[in-house]
Amino acid sequence: MSSVGESSRRKEGPEKLTGVAKYVDDYHLPNCLQGVTLRSSIARGVIKEIRFDPSYDWDSVVVATAKDIPGENYVYLIEVDQPLLVDREVHHAEEPILVLGHKDRAKAYEALSHIEVEYEPWDPVLTMEEALVGKRILYGDDNVFKRFEISKGDVEQGFKDADVIVSKEYRVPHQEQAYLENNGMAAWEEDDGTLVLMGSIQCPFYVHKAMLPLFAREPEKVRVIQATTGGGFGGKEEYPNMIAGHAALLALKAKRPVKMIYDRHEDMRATTKRHPARVRHRTGVTKDGALVAQDIDVLMDGGAYVTLSPVVLSRGILHASGPYECPNVRIVGRVIATNTPPNGAFRGFGAPQTLFAAELQMEAIASRLKMDPVSLRQTNLFRIGSITATGQTLRESVGAENVLDRVLSRSKFRQKKSQHARWNGSKTKPTWRGIGLATVFHGDGFTGSGEVFLRSRAGIELVHDGTLRIDAASTEIGQGTTSILAQIVADALDVPYDWIDVETPDTSKVPNSGPTVASRTCMVVGGLLHKAAKKLKKALVQAGANWPLTREALATSAARACGKKRSIDFVEQYRKPGDVTWDEETYRGDAYGVYSYAAMVVDLEIDKTTYEVTVRDVITAQDVGKAINPLLVEGQIIGGTAQALGYALLENTVVDDRGVMQNAQLTNYIIPTALDMPTMDVTIVEEPYSKGPFGAKGVGELPMDIPAPAVAAAIYDATGLFMAELPILPERLCQALHDSAQS
Amino acid sequence: MSLEKEIHFRVNGNLTSVEVPVTMNALAMIRDRLKLTGTKRGCEEGECGSCTILVDGVSVNACLMFAVDCDGRDLTTIEGIRTAEGLSPLQKLFVEEWAVQCGFCTPGMVMQGTYLLSQNREMSVEDIKRGIEGNLCRCTGYKKVIAAIAGALHATPRRGEEKEDS
Ligand code: FES
Ligand code: FES
Repeated sequence: MSSVGESSRRKEGPEKLTGVAKYVDDYHLPNCLQGVTLRSSIARGVIKEIRFDPSYDWDSVVVATAKDIPGENYVYLIEVDQPLLVDREVHHAEEPILVLGHKDRAKAYEALSHIEVEYEPWDPVLTMEEALVGKRILYGDDNVFKRFEISKGDVEQGFKDADVIVSKEYRVPHQEQAYLENNGMAAWEEDDGTLVLMGSIQCPFYVHKAMLPLFAREPEKVRVIQATTGGGFGGKEEYPNMIAGHAALLALKAKRPVKMIYDRHEDMRATTKRHPARVRHRTGVTKDGALVAQDIDVLMDGGAYVTLSPVVLSRGILHASGPYECPNVRIVGRVIATNTPPNGAFRGFGAPQTLFAAELQMEAIASRLKMDPVSLRQTNLFRIGSITATGQTLRESVGAENVLDRVLSRSKFRQKKSQHARWNGSKTKPTWRGIGLATVFHGDGFTGSGEVFLRSRAGIELVHDGTLRIDAASTEIGQGTTSILAQIVADALDVPYDWIDVETPDTSKVPNSGPTVASRTCMVVGGLLHKAAKKLKKALVQAGANWPLTREALATSAARACGKKRSIDFVEQYRKPGDVTWDEETYRGDAYGVYSYAAMVVDLEIDKTTYEVTVRDVITAQDVGKAINPLLVEGQIIGGTAQALGYALLENTVVDDRGVMQNAQLTNYIIPTALDMPTMDVTIVEEPYSKGPFGAKGVGELPMDIPAPAVAAAIYDATGLFMAELPILPERLCQALHDSAQS
Repeated sequence: MSLEKEIHFRVNGNLTSVEVPVTMNALAMIRDRLKLTGTKRGCEEGECGSCTILVDGVSVNACLMFAVDCDGRDLTTIEGIRTAEGLSPLQKLFVEEWAVQCGFCTPGMVMQGTYLLSQNREMSVEDIKRGIEGNLCRCTGYKKVIAAIAGALHATPRRGEEKEDS
C-alpha cells in the first residue's frame, strides 16, 4: 500500500477546480468594513500634519492611526525597527501612515482622496552605492544592516599560487513574487475577546507572534487561520504581519470585522520583493582549471527596514561560492539600508542572486582558460568528502556529478554546441543559437542553528472513531504540502492515502511546526510526522490492530487505544541530529544538514533583428533525495523554472525617483505566459538523505536558482556577449552588441 | 453620482435580475452581488485572466466588461461547469495532471480551456498555448495545464465540456 513515490491526487484539488475553495476575499463576513491604506508619497522626511477634508462626510468612515495602537508600534520580526503605521518619520515611499474602513470599497478609496498629508521632505538615499558613501545615515553608523564573513584557508596565498585571476561584477534586480492572489487579510474580535486573523499567509505563527506586542495580548487571545492561499513564493512569509496588524487595528477600533484586500498596484508597489544585489568575484585558478582562491563580495539592498534581510544575506553568502570545492575562500556579505520599500523573502532567499554570479563566473573562467566549461565544473564540483567554504565535510547525498552527467547526455550538449557554432558561422541565418549550462546546490531547511531555535512540532491525532488527522502549521500555498505530508503519514502507517485528513493551519488547533519556507516542509516537518506515525502505529498494534488494516479494525483499535479520551495526539519535536555543528559567530561548520543539487542545460535562439531571446529547450536533472510525489516535484521544477526564466529575461522592475516600482501592473511587469515556456525535459535524481523521511531533501527553491545563469551562458555561447546583469532584455543585448562593435 | 440600472440575464442556467451601478464591472457584480466567488480577481485590468467567464459561450475577462452589458446575456461561471456527475472531464484531468497548484488561476484556466475545447477539437499544443496566453499562472509553468487541455481533446468526443452534460 505504498503511497510515497506515487503521484497521488492533490488533496484539495476538486475544491480548487470548482471554485468552492475559499480564498480570503471569498468569505462573506456580515457587517464587514473594507480597509484601505494611506501611504507616504515621499521617500524620507517627517509628517507635519494630516488634514481631513472638513467638507467630506466622515461619519461612515473609521480611521486608525499609530495613536490607536494599544501596544507597541512595531511589526515584530528579527528586529523591531519597522512601525505598523508611521508616527512621525517616513523611511520609504508607500510606507503606511493610516488605515481606514468603509463598508463599500470604492467609498473607502474615495475617502482616502480627502486626506492630505503635509511633509517636511528630507533627501533620501535610494541606492546601495549612495548609502555606502555614508553622507546620510539611515541605520547604525554606516547604513549596513548586517555584515557576514566566511573565511577558509589563506586567500592571499591562493592568489599567489594561481596561474590566472579572473575578476567580474554581476548585478541582479528586484523581482516581484507576482503570486496571482494579492495579499489579503480579514480580522475580527470574537465575543470572548479573541482577536481572529484569517488570510493569505505562509506562516500562521509568525502572524500570531507579531500581534501580541501590537495589541498587548496574551497568546490565547489571538488566533490565526490560513485561508486558501493563492501563491506565496516568500511574498506571504513576513509581509502578512503588517497587513494583519492593519486589519486588526481597524477591526478593534470599528468593533466590526474588517477585510483588507490589496489590489495589484498596491501589492506590487508596497510589499516586499527579491533583494537586488551586486556581486563581485575575483577567482584564482591553475592552468588546468583547479580553483585555488575565491574572493567574493556580496552587496544586497535591504530597503528601509531590517525585515528578513540578515537571513536572506546569510543564505546568499552560503551559496556564493557555488557547488565547488576551493581551498581558499573569502566571502564578505553586507545588506544595506536605503529609503526604498523593504525587500524580503522570495523563493531561493538570496541564493538565486549569488548563484547567478557564481555560475556565470565559471563561464568567465572557462573562457579565459580556453577550457571547456563542462570540464572546468567537473574538475571542481562537490563530491562525497568535499569541504565547503564553511568547512563542512559533505558526508552523504551529494548528487552534483550525477545531475551534471544526466543533463549532458540527455541534452547532447557537446553535439548541439558544435551544431550551433556551424549555424552561427553562417552570416545569412536570421538568428544566433546557443547552448549553456549551470550547476547549483541549495541548502535544505534553515541555515545553521535555525532549525534548533525553531524547535518545530508536528503531530497526528488519532480519534476514537479511527479518524487520522495531521496537525501541523505547514501551509498549503500550492506546492502540495497537504498531499505530501499525508503521503508520508499514510506510508509510515501502511494505510491508504485517503484515510489521512489534514487539519487547517489554525494556531488554535495545530502545534507550531515553524514557517513554511526554506524548502523545509517535506524534509523537516515530514520527518517529524514520519516519526509520529511510527509511534502511532505502535499504539495501534498494542491495541490489537493487524495489517493489512481495515477501516473497521482501525476504528476498533483506535477506540481501544483512546479509552475514555476522545482522541490521542502523537506529537514530535525537532531535535538536532547529533553530528551537525554550526558556529554562528565564525560562520564555520555545517551550514545546512544537507544540500539538494541541480544541473540545467538551456538551448536558445536570438533574433538578429529584434534581439528577442527564445528559450527552446530546457533539460534539467535535480537531486531531491527522494521524490515523495514525483508529479508534484516535477510541478515544482517546471513552475520554478518559469519564474526563473522570467527573472533572467523578462521581469524588469523600473524604479521611480522615490525608489518605488513604477511598472506596478501585470501589464508592464511581464511574467512568463504559456507562450514563453520552452520544452522541458526533467529528470528527478534521488541521492537519499539518511535523516530525511524516506530519504527526501528539499525541492521548492532549487529550480529558482539555476535557470538564470544557464540562460546567460547560452547567450554567451550564441553571441559572445557576457551579460552580467539581469534581466537580459533585448535592448540590453542591442546595447551590448553595439558596445562590443565599438571596442 | 452613480446611476443604477436593473438588468436581467441568465447565470449558470438560472434567470437572475439585479440592480447595479452603471460603473460596476461584471466581475464585481458576479463576486460581490451574486456571491459567485469562484471567479477570481487578480488584476482588474484584463491582464491575468483569473476572472474568465463565458458570455453567450465566448470567453471574456469579466473585469473588462460592464455589469450592465450582461443584460439579456447567458453567463457561465466556474460554478456552472461542474456536471451532474461531478467534475467535468477537463476538471478531472486538471486533478490527474497536477495542473493545479495554488488554484487561484485555476477557475479562469478551466473556463478558458472549456471555451477552447468548445471551439476546436483539433487543437495542436501550439494552439492551446496561444489559447491560454491571456491566463497567467505563476505556479505551474503551464505544462501541466496544457497537458490537461490536450488530454481533454482526446478523452471526450464532441459533446465534451459544454456547460451541461445532460
Ligand atoms: S482580474 Fe480580470 S484579467 Fe485579471
Ligand atoms: S496554480 Fe497558482 S497561479 Fe496557477
